[in-house]
Amino acid sequence: MAKKVGIEAAIAIAEAAALADVDVVSAYPITPQTHIVEHLAHLVADGILNAEFITVESEHTALSAALGASLTGARTFTSTSAQGLALMNEIVYITSSMRAPVVMALANRALSAPINIWNDHSDVMSVRDTGWISIFANNAQEAYDLTFMAFKIGEHPDVLLPVMINFDGFILTHVIEPVVLFGKEDVEGFLPPYDHPYKLDPDRPVTMGPVGLPEIYTEVKKQQDVAIRSSRSVIDAVFKEFAERFGRKYSAVETYAIDDAEVVLVTQGSVTDAACFVVDEMRKRGKKWGVVEIRLWRPFPFDDVGSALTSGKIKCVVVLDRAISFGGPAGIVMSEVRSALYHVPNRPIVIGVTSGLGGRDIMFEDYVRMFELGEEALRTGKEPEMVTIIGVRE
Amino acid sequence: MSEVVRDLKAFAKALVYKNAPKEEYFKRGHRACQGCAPALAIRYILKAAGPNTIVVNATGCMEIISSPFPYTSWGVPWIHVAFENVAAVASGVEAAIKVLKRKGRLDPNKRINIIGLAGDGGTADIGLQALSGMLARNHNVTYICYDNEAYMNTGVQGSSATFTGASTTTTPAGRYSIGQGYWKKNVAEIAASHYVPYVATACPSYPLDLMNKVRKSLEIEGAAYIHVFAPCPTGWGCPSSMAIEVGRLAVETGVYPLYEVERGVWKISYIPPKGLKPIEEYFKTQRRFKHLKKEVVEKIQEKVRAHWERLLMLEKMTNTEEFKEKFVRPFYEVQI
Ligand SMILES: Cc1ncc(C[n+]2csc(CCOP(=O)(O)OP(=O)(O)O)c2C)c(N)n1
Ligand code: SF4
Ligand SMILES: [Mg+2]
Repeated sequence: MAKKVGIEAAIAIAEAAALADVDVVSAYPITPQTHIVEHLAHLVADGILNAEFITVESEHTALSAALGASLTGARTFTSTSAQGLALMNEIVYITSSMRAPVVMALANRALSAPINIWNDHSDVMSVRDTGWISIFANNAQEAYDLTFMAFKIGEHPDVLLPVMINFDGFILTHVIEPVVLFGKEDVEGFLPPYDHPYKLDPDRPVTMGPVGLPEIYTEVKKQQDVAIRSSRSVIDAVFKEFAERFGRKYSAVETYAIDDAEVVLVTQGSVTDAACFVVDEMRKRGKKWGVVEIRLWRPFPFDDVGSALTSGKIKCVVVLDRAISFGGPAGIVMSEVRSALYHVPNRPIVIGVTSGLGGRDIMFEDYVRMFELGEEALRTGKEPEMVTIIGVRE
Repeated sequence: MSEVVRDLKAFAKALVYKNAPKEEYFKRGHRACQGCAPALAIRYILKAAGPNTIVVNATGCMEIISSPFPYTSWGVPWIHVAFENVAAVASGVEAAIKVLKRKGRLDPNKRINIIGLAGDGGTADIGLQALSGMLARNHNVTYICYDNEAYMNTGVQGSSATFTGASTTTTPAGRYSIGQGYWKKNVAEIAASHYVPYVATACPSYPLDLMNKVRKSLEIEGAAYIHVFAPCPTGWGCPSSMAIEVGRLAVETGVYPLYEVERGVWKISYIPPKGLKPIEEYFKTQRRFKHLKKEVVEKIQEKVRAHWERLLMLEKMTNTEEFKEKFVRPFYEVQI
């Protein structure tokens, strides 16, 4: 029976993996992700979860072992943060390229140097182009639901891709929130058993990970791109089935108070809820502001972003980035949003802001400042090329 | 097939290949150079392992020559992921099989061998950490390093397993260089230090010994490590017809002794009855040692002999009743 409990988001994620009855867990400690693996280790040690827990000696091995297990036919889970993901990087790319539907919880944390254990999105952005399905959760309930759904999405025979669930380090990982946890019987039939069509099986020998000569490499990469683009219909179908059965709705792009908004803030992750709160408060003072959240990061929902940001009365879009593309367009999400709107006639002005790096709190006034920068751009008609870093001391 | 062969006659008999399985699981048509001993070693390894085997292969010569899509030489399930993570991937494969058997999704009575296969670079250097993790966790995997004593796939660069004095493209002999300047890293001993149940060295010049060791490693529950000395005519500068001979000379000179460490007990597989041959006989077969001056050869000879003596002492020490009583039984027979 489903029951509502006060629980840390990290523990909720571990519970979601257990609910999916994972076969192999392979992960390495790193703050702020560690509570996830610790909880899974407990569940295995106490016989609550019948799984192999591999106490690997590094994150590179964590993902390598997960990949091997996944392609042997085991449902596999791992989790990490920042430096761990950076160490895994080589295998991150290979996991999607070898079509292993590993599920990873990524407790978003800033990349070194300087070493910093707190939250931003530099880790997830560093693997933007590695071919993983990547989804953001905004609170503990979403982290739980999305982790559970990730298995169904990634393992779908038309998808067979790894899925990364992003949730903000500390802000979510270490915060206790009310979460509705399912009982096994509640989710009966939702998640089919895992069976990879091509696995390491002596009865049907296959060669996996062969040399791809120039004659074939391009075609393989094209296939991979087609696969992740096509995964969108499965993602939507899983969200829909989940909503129908359990009542909680998820979509690739979430919107808040945009019907009459002139300025909207584009967000990802836990800042979304904070931004919505700011909008509520400022609406009392007459500000017509709204929030658009890009929940589904990869495959990038171009059409949804385009239609959400050109709906109603939106005239200016302020994109909040939690990482920097050094020497590039600076705002990583911002440049994606711009390209999503590029071909749209009468597109709104798009400006970029960066904030909340390495655990710096984003205060109420900071959000207000972001919206005001949008209003300013509207007044002057200027669309600055570069992002503004909010709250930087100069 | 087993039994340690210690006198030359019996050992020569053990070389008789007719007892080996006829089936081939490493198939013809691969692209290895002529006389490639690593490729030959794999052929024997798979004969010994049989069809119920999953091979996890590192990036390197053996992966490249055997899997140019859409061709494959592998008659058993085979996976290549990257260069340094064979032991890690194999750990995952093993964990998967274990849990799938436990959950009844795989037949619990079906034996599935898991073999990790990597070169000396992929083992002694970049893959050492993953290997240590796999051995420490005691996954039921046989990890086999085929040691051709350099990074051959990338063009004969020196690894930490390159033999002392060998000239490679990154340890070239020169006015101020003897070639590889330090002592060859001994990964078999590193593996043995993990107290895994089985460690061995082997060489495809002694096919039955190699096959026996592979079989044994697969029959033993737990992690096993086999270090296979595998001459590479291309990288070593010897005629392709000489690979087998070069392997034998390495063993007969003590450059590469064959031994087993079974549950902590060391056993030399072959002791040349007339004593070790001078290493010069081995060195002169290969271009990579051609530059070595006599006095350098003499120093290396001294070290080779000392290493051999150490082995003899280890064998003597660990084969005593006292050692078995005080270490082997309490350590290996007690199941925690
Ligand atoms: C992380 C990484 N570093 C370097 C390489 C390049 N590389 C591929 S194979 C190889 C040499 C392999 O040497 P070894 O393990 O001894 O196998 P061999 O080719 O000699 O059979 C190197 C350096 C790589 N593929 N991946
Ligand atoms: S370079 Fe050496 S190891 Fe590589 S295929 Fe040729 S002979 Fe074999
Ligand atoms: Mg090599």
